[in-house]
Parts: sequence; C-alpha cells; structure tokens
Amino acid sequence: MKNLIFACIVGLSVGAAQADLKIFATVPEWGVLAQEIGGSKVKVYTATNAFQDPHRIEAKPSLLAQARQANLLIAAGADLEIGWLPLVLRDSGNSAIQTGQPGYFEAVNFVNRLDAPATLDRAHGDVHAAGNPHIHLDPRNVLKVGEALTVRMVELDAANAAAYQAGYRAFASKWQAAMAGWQKDAAPLKGVAVLVHHASFVYLLNWLGMKEVGALEPKPGIEPSSGHLTGLLVRQQGAPARMVLRATYQQPGPSQWIAGKTGMPAVLLPYTVGGTAEAKDLFGLFDDTIQRLLKGLQ
Amino acid sequence: MQKSIAMAALLVASCGVNAASDADLAAIRAQIDEMKKTYEQRIAALEQKLAQAESPANTEKSAPAPAASSPSVTRASAFNPEVSLILQGQYRNARNIEGRGITGFVPGGQGLNTRGFSVDETELILAANIDPYWRGQAIVAMADGQANIEEAWFQSLAIGQGVGLKAGRYRSAIGYLNEQHPHMWDFSDAPLMYQAMFGEDAGYVQDGVQLKWLAPTALFIELGAEVGRGANFPGTDRNNNGTGGGALTVHIGDDVGVANSWRAGASWLKTRASARTADFVEQVGGGAAQGRFTGDSSTWLADFVWKWAPQGNPAHQSFKFQGEYFRREERGALTCTSAVDCATPIDSSYKTRQSGWYAQGVFRFTPQWRAGLRYEQLDSGSRDFGINAGNLVVDSYRPKKASAMVDYSWSEFSRVRLQIAQDKSMLGITDNQLTVQYIMSLGAHGAHKF
Repeated sequence: MKNLIFACIVGLSVGAAQADLKIFATVPEWGVLAQEIGGSKVKVYTATNAFQDPHRIEAKPSLLAQARQANLLIAAGADLEIGWLPLVLRDSGNSAIQTGQPGYFEAVNFVNRLDAPATLDRAHGDVHAAGNPHIHLDPRNVLKVGEALTVRMVELDAANAAAYQAGYRAFASKWQAAMAGWQKDAAPLKGVAVLVHHASFVYLLNWLGMKEVGALEPKPGIEPSSGHLTGLLVRQQGAPARMVLRATYQQPGPSQWIAGKTGMPAVLLPYTVGGTAEAKDLFGLFDDTIQRLLKGLQ
Repeated sequence: MQKSIAMAALLVASCGVNAASDADLAAIRAQIDEMKKTYEQRIAALEQKLAQAESPANTEKSAPAPAASSPSVTRASAFNPEVSLILQGQYRNARNIEGRGITGFVPGGQGLNTRGFSVDETELILAANIDPYWRGQAIVAMADGQANIEEAWFQSLAIGQGVGLKAGRYRSAIGYLNEQHPHMWDFSDAPLMYQAMFGEDAGYVQDGVQLKWLAPTALFIELGAEVGRGANFPGTDRNNNGTGGGALTVHIGDDVGVANSWRAGASWLKTRASARTADFVEQVGGGAAQGRFTGDSSTWLADFVWKWAPQGNPAHQSFKFQGEYFRREERGALTCTSAVDCATPIDSSYKTRQSGWYAQGVFRFTPQWRAGLRYEQLDSGSRDFGINAGNLVVDSYRPKKASAMVDYSWSEFSRVRLQIAQDKSMLGITDNQLTVQYIMSLGAHGAHKF
C-alpha cells in the first residue's frame, strides 16, 4: 500500500514535469495562437469551441479541473468571459493564474479597443465597459497579441525562450505574407455596407473598411425581436446593406428572415478557428472569412 | 535739382544697405538651409517611427506597448466593490393553512404562508478582491425592519496546490442546491427536502471555516471539509468553546462529449442540538405540547446534476436535470412539556431516521423561454420517542409535491416565472398553488456556479 502511494506521488510529479507550459485558453483563437508560438513545448487546453457563445459558457467541473493545472491562462478579456471565468479562477485553487499574476493573460490589453461605451447603462444591453472584446478578427491584432503572448510565455518558461521566440518569428513572417494577400483579395469589400447579428465583427469590418449599418440584436446580448427586424427592413430602403453577417454560434433564423425579405445574402462567418470546415487554423479562419464575404458580394 | 540730389543720396544709401545685407542674407540662407535639413531629417525619422508603429510589422520590438484606447480614469471610487442587488417578489395563490409545515417532520421554522402580493428579501451583494491574497463577499438580505447577514466571508486566492480556504459565514458546500441563492433556483420555492432539512431558509449556512482541495486530474474531484458554530437548524446555538457542527463533501464531475456535463456529489453534515424546541400534539389531552431535543443530528446527501446543450452552447437550447436524496438520523434525549400529558416535564430517548428526494428537469426551448417539472417525496421514516411516544402524537406520513413552471427572460438580468404546484406535504391537505414571480438583477452581477 505504501509503495502504491509512493508510486502515485512519483507518478503525479513526473506527470507535472512533462509539459513545459500548460495553457488554458478560454477561446479557440488564442489557444491556436499559443500552439503556433509554443509548438511542442506547450500543452494547450481550449475551454470553448466555435459553436459556443463565449458570453454564455457555464463554469463546468471540467473547466475547473483544467484550470487547476494550468500555468498560463489566456483570456480574451474586456468582460467577454465575465459570466464564468471569475468563478473558474477562484475555485481552481490555482494561485498562478489569478488576475494580476504573470500566469493570467488578457488579449485585449495589447490592442486598440473599439466601441468603448461613453455611458455604462444596462439599458444599452449587455455592454462591455472596456470596449468590444471580439478583437481577433483584425489580423493586425493577432500579431500584437502574439508578440505580447510570446513575451509572457518567455517570462513564465525561460528555459524554452528561444523556442517561443523562434515560433513567434516563424508565425509572424508567415502571417504578414498572408495578411498582404488578404488585403489584396479583400479590396472589393471596401466601403461595403453590412448588417450584423451581434457586434462580433467590429474589428473585421474596421480592418477591411466595411460599414456596419445595423445589428439584428436590438441591444447587445438581447435576442432579435420581430419589431426590431421590421425596423431594419425600413432602414434598408434609406441605407441599404449588401449582406447580413452572423457567427457560427449565432442562430440562423433572424439573418435568414432579413435575407428572405430583402434578397441580400445571409453570410455565415466562421468567427473563430473551427467555425467552418475551412477555418482549421488562424490562416484558414481569415482565408475562409474573406472568401465568404467576397462570395456574399457577388 | 535738390530733389535729384536727394534721390541720388537715397540711392547710394540704399545701395550701401544692400551691400551690407547681401553678406547677411547668404548667412541667413545657409542657416535656414541647415535648419531645413535637420528638420527634414527629423521629420523623416519621425515618419519612419510612425510607420513602424502603425504597421503591424513592428514585430522586432521587444517590449509590447499596450495601447490603451480608453483614457485611464482615476477616481477614488474606482476601488469600490462590485455591487449588485437582487429584486425578487411574487403573487401567490394558496390555501390558508395555520402553522404550515411538513407532516412527520420537525419544523425548522414557520412555513411559508404568504399569499397575494409580496416582496421577498432584497439581496444586496458586495464583493471585491481584498488584496492579491484574499477575496471577500457579503450578502445582506433586507426585509421590513430587518437586515440579515446572509453570507459574509473571505476566500483565499494565493494558496495554490488546489487548496481553497473560506472563512466567515457561508452557505455550506453540501449537496447541490445548498450553495445557490434563491434567485438562482429554477423554481420559485425550494424543494420540500431542503425545507425539511434546514427549515424556512431552505439552506444550511455555517459560521466557520471551509477547506477545499481540487485534485490535479482531468476528472473534477473536489474534497471539502467544514467546521463551524453549527447554530442553524438542525443544530442550535450554544454558548461553548469548540465547534457545534461540521461537514465533509466530495464532488466529482466531467464532460461527456462536447454537449454534456455532469457533477455528482456526496456530503455529510453533523450538528449538535441543545434544547431544540418543536411543537407537538398531546397523545391523550389533545392539546399543544412542546418537545425539546438535545443530541446529535447526522445528514447524508447525494446530489447529481446533468446538463445538456447542443454543441455545448446553452444560449439557445439546453436541458438540465438535477436530483438530490437525503437521509437524516438524530439521536439524543427529548423532554416533553405540556398542560396535561407532560404536566411535569418527562424525559425520554429520541431516535429518528428520515429521508427524502426530489428530481427536476428544466428545458430551455428558445433563448428566452424555459419550462420545467419537479417531483418530490419525503418519508417521515422511523421516529422513536421512547416513553414520550405515549405522550406525543407521532405522525407517519409521506409528503409529496409536484410542480411545473415556465419562465421568460428578457435578458440574463431579468426573469418572470409562472409556477403551479400540487402540494401534499401535510396529512389530509391538498394545496394547489399558483405563483407568479419576478427576479431582477441589478449591477455587477457575478458568475453563477455550475
């Protein structure tokens, strides 16, 4: 029996020493980015998938168990995960990943945020005080976050510093080349007016120079109502949109209704890695997003 | 003539000036050129810097400059705790029953007998990180003329190794529903089981210390131990050193595929009672009697929760099943006092073994609408009052209740609920209840437990 306990303890400590950096990412985009940078030196657990509304996740037991073992927690931040992450952090018994510790990384802190509300009032819906948290759909932000994340990973795991820096450099040069391609491909999208389901695409539209002329949600986080959708139809005559966008995790009904009434295409965008079959990684995410937007334009 | 001389003089003079300024001008020009050059160089350098900063290609820079887009606000109030307020109230239709309780179970307080319109306790919640090591939270439940400290605790943030320490007044981690506040319940009232176990507050609150440990495994395994004052029903407050109650809990949980998550648990609660008073009826005289219990109370709980959502996204559609079972044993002494049967107080032994369970399912069929069913049953079990069995009426009964609810949420922060229930918790009485309830959350509303 004693031997068994000893074996267990040895087994546990060996198990802990195996992966150099255990990363808990709240959303797929940052989990994939950490994997690009860390390669074989990191073990990434991603808490959510592209089919889940990142605002509405529950503090599941499996998330607590994973957060307990993480060295680095990567969150989107700006209150995106406020409904579940604070609880996971506190109940994880993991001091390394608490807010303010090096093991807690918030992506939004490293980019220029858009849509920070001037007044904070829930009468405006589920607003994010720190600005719109869906920052990853501007590829320039991905690079900024990647750079900061590399610095953080080096800080936490200095032994693998060279590997992380090399990983980031390789990713960054591939990314810049890809970005030039996307910008060239997306040229026809400039100035195109669109409707969106939720304000999930603010950074994407800003990057591509597209125009959001309305949202299907009357207020952020409030389900589309028939009255509000009818109002959008009226506005369509004055300020016509060319297509209506939604993310994989959003319900198809409202955008299909608008599309049916107006004849504009309802475009499903992957939103994050795994959102469509083509969006297998971060490169695929942007390839597919731009292809789908261009197809919507035809 | 004079005019021309003057003109000539003027001309000569101006020529002199011209001759003098030509040399100066050259110098000035040179200076200006020099300045222009340096400025151009500077501007070029600045432009280059700007281009570097603007382009995403500034990858070789070592320090990430966090570009804060919103101006940093410095206010003294910025460190204020997160504040939220829960407004809850209802309209209720039910039979008027004097001394509402649960037949066969010792009441832990007055039963709910409010009818018509009423406002529940208004909960004020204050929470904040105290420093890098601790977090604190207080919940004050306010009602007419009173403010009760529902919870007031601090929790560790920096121990690590999966250890969590909580001290103060907290809702015990036993069972599933016990840690949840009424505004998180899926029905407008607590299950009979919780009312029978803990009285009208339907939850066990402990003044003490709680230690939890989360195992470093992919399977969620959480062990907990609590010791405390044990002042609440089924225990009583005592003037003693040491502890009056304690609990042990174990919870496990995991996901099954991407769509399912579950948690199961077993808990044990031990409390001590000293002269815990309950109302009885005299066996012979038929009048009111009082029984004072002194002894130990042990409660075992088993709890299980299963949640399903298509692709793990509960925003549009989800299903939640939850069930709990309890068993309680109490051993000690009973003192009977009454007008006839126990005109002089009579002491006896006291031994009970009681149980109960509930099961409920709640289905969210659109983002805003949910519907649920709950069924519950208790068993008054064996109640051995020794010689006082001849003095007090000992009821044997199996209370039952069935409830159905439907609720609508405008947003995550507002909900209204309609509930109908058939309550057979009292012998010979069928009470059909109708409740219309609202729950509104104001302010910084914190995350909910699984």
